[in-house]
Amino acid sequence: MSSPLTGDAKMAGPSPEDSAPQPAGIVERLVRDDLDRKRFLRMAGGAGAASFGAFVMAACGSSKKAATTAAAPAATSSSSSSASATNGDVAILNYALTLEYLETAFYERVLAANLFSGKVGALISDFHRQEASHVTALKAAVMKLGGTPAAKPAAKFPIENATQVAGLAYTVENLGASAYLGQAGAIQSAEVLASALAIHSVEARHAATLGTLVKKSITPDGAFAKPADMSTVLAAVKPFLA
Amino acid sequence: MPTNTATDSPEEHVRNPALAGFEVHGMTRSSFILRGALAAGAFYGTAAVTPFVSQALAQTGGGDVEILNFALTLEYLETDFYTVKGKSLALSGQAKAYARQFGAEEADHVAALTTVIKQLGGKPVAKPRFVFPASSESSFLALASVLENTGVGAYNGAATALASKQVLAAAGSIVQIEARHAAAIDLLLGKSPTPSGGFDAPLTKAQVLAKAGPLIKG
Repeated sequence: MSSPLTGDAKMAGPSPEDSAPQPAGIVERLVRDDLDRKRFLRMAGGAGAASFGAFVMAACGSSKKAATTAAAPAATSSSSSSASATNGDVAILNYALTLEYLETAFYERVLAANLFSGKVGALISDFHRQEASHVTALKAAVMKLGGTPAAKPAAKFPIENATQVAGLAYTVENLGASAYLGQAGAIQSAEVLASALAIHSVEARHAATLGTLVKKSITPDGAFAKPADMSTVLAAVKPFLA
Repeated sequence: MPTNTATDSPEEHVRNPALAGFEVHGMTRSSFILRGALAAGAFYGTAAVTPFVSQALAQTGGGDVEILNFALTLEYLETDFYTVKGKSLALSGQAKAYARQFGAEEADHVAALTTVIKQLGGKPVAKPRFVFPASSESSFLALASVLENTGVGAYNGAATALASKQVLAAAGSIVQIEARHAAAIDLLLGKSPTPSGGFDAPLTKAQVLAKAGPLIKG
């Protein structure tokens, strides 16, 4: 499976031109600006509530009249509820895209520093290629939903020695896995959810692999992985933005 | 495998007010629909919205319970594999440590899934009997790799069919652990920890049964 995101996604939401424009780099701006972040998270919460109407309409299928009827009670809370469902997914995909850009840049620097060889070097190389494939897939998914992919952020990472870098990689991958897990329930489209899950478990595989290398737990949360919300993750990656 | 319970039927939900009120605070998609449809019913008359109420109920509990019972069967299988089969073999070093750790974590998954199924008003499946074709550490690890990687694909494949966001969160929390186990076992075997590359392929129920079915002896 090269990329599940480039397949034919059936959109329950509005056509692209109905969606509000997604400014490129919005997630990056959120990472940098605390005030923006608070505003965005408040907005995202509103979008979640507004998607109620959109889901009613989707669930009621072809019967437009009845769907409108069922959605009527929700209409008071939002004027463009169905657009919000798609915008919510685009925002989540752009958030994931920004994280994948950072992971890809991180492995790029690690490979350039030439700290690893042999089997470990091959693994780092694999992980770099896989993160890059996540970037490609997420960009395609954002465009498929009619959104504008987030711009690649300028990144900086402390690269000192093999032990320190492996430890940082372990932290970054665990953060990535918990970030995907934190969004699973907020995703509206089944196709987007399937794609996010396909990536989520690969981030987990990376994290576990690095755990074995740095002699740390491969399951740091125990039997149940903990999710991380957007605000926590964005704060954690802030030091990596140049 | 998954057994249909009384709560699979929409009628049962309606008869049982406790189940009908399950997560009315908006934790499931279907309760959103239900609430909207009932609110509309207050305006337009119950008869007009009845088909939508039925549709909403058909999407809740039953489907999730069936998926959870399928997952529970797989977790029973993994638990038995590590704790019973693992103990019966003379495992050494890392293999022994993983069998102990993973066995405990899979047992936690069994307990959690059992609880969630009961919360949804369903009946957890009984633990089946299993037969594991492994007689050495290497065949044990090879089978562990199959089971863990199949587990990842099973959860990823079923997750999009879940109606409840809460159940989805639980499934996501578990699949991440299966993926971590799979990677660790594959590394120990000298194999790639990412056998599907950058994207873990979802598996259908039939694909999962093709791998796990032969190990289940009723």
